[in-house]
Amino acid sequence: MLFFSYFKDLVGREVTVELKNDLAIRGTLHSVDQYLNIKLENTRVVDQDKYPHMLSVRNCFIRGSVVRYVQLPPEGVDIDLLHDATRREARGG
Amino acid sequence: MSTGPGLESLVDQTISVITNDGRNIVGILKGFDQATNIILDESHERVYSTKEGVQQLVLGLYIIRGDNISIVGELDEELDSHLDLSNLRAHPLKPVIH
Repeated sequence: MLFFSYFKDLVGREVTVELKNDLAIRGTLHSVDQYLNIKLENTRVVDQDKYPHMLSVRNCFIRGSVVRYVQLPPEGVDIDLLHDATRREARGG
Repeated sequence: MSTGPGLESLVDQTISVITNDGRNIVGILKGFDQATNIILDESHERVYSTKEGVQQLVLGLYIIRGDNISIVGELDEELDSHLDLSNLRAHPLKPVIH
């Protein structure tokens, strides 16, 4: 639940989602759900020449199970807050 | 989860699905469920290759199991109509490796 809440706070930010098929998609985070499925708006594929498969897609839903990384804007990360929250979760709530 | 990234807003719209084995299937979203299982009507597959332009294979009514879905994209008809698929060459997408 921690990362679900964390991603909810990032809604509206520009992120890059790297998938397990090596495709990287950049866009504005529109929403997240409990499975960490992600919806992006104003999307563009990072290497469009190599991957023209989504040229006519501007909004997309990415299944949480295929996400490898989410690259965040540095200002979207509060390290102290995350440290505290992960420690609390590790202790069992 | 009413605010979550559901597919409600895409029902009856043309979507472009990328599957875990790297296929690209385009069709009209008719239904979906919690597991991202999807019903696609009037669907076709777009086959990318480096040797020739994009081939379109007619598939018709399809159900895709959620496990095999990577991306569901809203197809912008305006942008799509400007694509010259017959001259578009690319390697097929790599399969997802978990």
